[in-house]
Amino acid sequence: MNSVLAAVSQDADIVVAQNVFFGVIAVSMLYAAIRVVTTSNVVHAALWLVVALAGVAANFILLGSEFVAVTQVLVYIGAVVVLFLFGVMLTRASLGDDESVAQEKRSMAAVVGVLLFGVMAFALIDTWSDDRLVIDEPQQVTEVSDSIFSQYIIPFEAISVLLLAALIGAIVVARQD
Amino acid sequence: MNLLAELSYWQQTSIRVGAGLLAVILVAGTLVMLHLFKLVSFMQSRLGPMEAGPFGSLQLLAEVGKHLQKEDIVPRKADKIVFAAAPFVVLASTFLLVVVLPGGPDAWFIQNDLGIYLALAVSSVSVIGILMAGWGSANKYSLLGGLRATGQLIAYELPLILAVVGVVIQAGTMNLQGIVYQQANGEIFGWDGIGNPYILTQFVAFFLFLTAMQAELTQTPFDMPIAESELVSGYMTEYSGMRFLLFFIAEFATAGVFSAIAAVLFLGGWYVPGIDPDDNIMNVLGPLVMFVKVIGLTFVVFWVRFSFPRFREDQLQKLAWKFLIPLALLNIVVTAIFKVWI
Repeated sequence: MNSVLAAVSQDADIVVAQNVFFGVIAVSMLYAAIRVVTTSNVVHAALWLVVALAGVAANFILLGSEFVAVTQVLVYIGAVVVLFLFGVMLTRASLGDDESVAQEKRSMAAVVGVLLFGVMAFALIDTWSDDRLVIDEPQQVTEVSDSIFSQYIIPFEAISVLLLAALIGAIVVARQD
Repeated sequence: MNLLAELSYWQQTSIRVGAGLLAVILVAGTLVMLHLFKLVSFMQSRLGPMEAGPFGSLQLLAEVGKHLQKEDIVPRKADKIVFAAAPFVVLASTFLLVVVLPGGPDAWFIQNDLGIYLALAVSSVSVIGILMAGWGSANKYSLLGGLRATGQLIAYELPLILAVVGVVIQAGTMNLQGIVYQQANGEIFGWDGIGNPYILTQFVAFFLFLTAMQAELTQTPFDMPIAESELVSGYMTEYSGMRFLLFFIAEFATAGVFSAIAAVLFLGGWYVPGIDPDDNIMNVLGPLVMFVKVIGLTFVVFWVRFSFPRFREDQLQKLAWKFLIPLALLNIVVTAIFKVWI
């Protein structure tokens, strides 16, 4: 086994440690993702979602995109899942298994999931095919901010306005008077 | 040049983990002893613990021993795994916060451009631990406490982050080490005697940060989540022994770490006026300076904690959404205008 690893690591294009870690992260993400949809407790599903999203952040770190990884933690784990949990606990937070959790809608969800996977896999393979991304060093924050505020300024502003509209819309919907 | 640069990766990592553990335990211990035991006692005209050791200085060891001996009780209907894991999630978030803190020109755990952004992201994970504790305990009081805590932490995370944005705009970097250097090399109207601590220009942000910090730490007057006269002990109600101790350590260590972040952002961090910030002596003096500033800032936290009555839940939310957040946004606008024009 050692000789195999040594032989592989002599090939400069493959970093063994990274591949091993990617394997570990990918397997735990897959397991967590399957648990999210198979567990019959809503709170457990949200907690497994935390594991899956943390795996995404870890993968971003492996790719050297530290800013995106930290944003993943701040936005998805620190805000989105917290709001899920908050909402679930505020309404119905039964301990133990709840068999009524979307039992009859599972086949529909499976179809949507497979379709989405197909589209995304096709888009990725079609875009990159055999291209190899060269990552020498972690991406600097300044690179991210420079590209957001120069090259991608229009999409950035459009998203900002969209979010503002959603915010105001939420307030209008929630107001009683 | 980092002092650790000649060691291999695993040696560096174990030294960092060890130093991080030490920082968390030492700071939490000092705060409990100095502020929670002695400061509050003196404020109430009593002596506090006096029996264990000279002036009660070994009281902390006695307390830890007491908690370790206690029975580990898990409610029968509790969700065992979630209940057991919750304190570790909260404590892990605190430990990860420590790594961003700089203690001197070469005395740091990790240093990257993310700095304060990483700290704020990691600190937001502790909410999940609190929700897990509140829900997993199978107790109405715990669940109510967990929900109150979450509502409060979400509300006060915004002014906290927005207050930091003002400092980041002025410093031009999110790297905490960079922010310290910006303050050390700055000058006040041409006078560079004490550098330019950002408390002078960002005093609004400093006020916002300290207020939001008090709420993030769920210290009185923002202790609605653990209001002992209404909710027994909030999300911690069902915890005993070792697990209660973990929550307790996390609470005080987080107070220390947030104060350290405030010290870096507003008080110049480890910089001492009169000494060249790149001098080697700063690697020894720096952590001590940080420690003194942390004790000073936590003194304010505990002073407020023991002086003010508790906010009502609706007042608490109103303060965050209708006063602190607009003020923070205003601060960002004003800072940006000054940054561009001056």
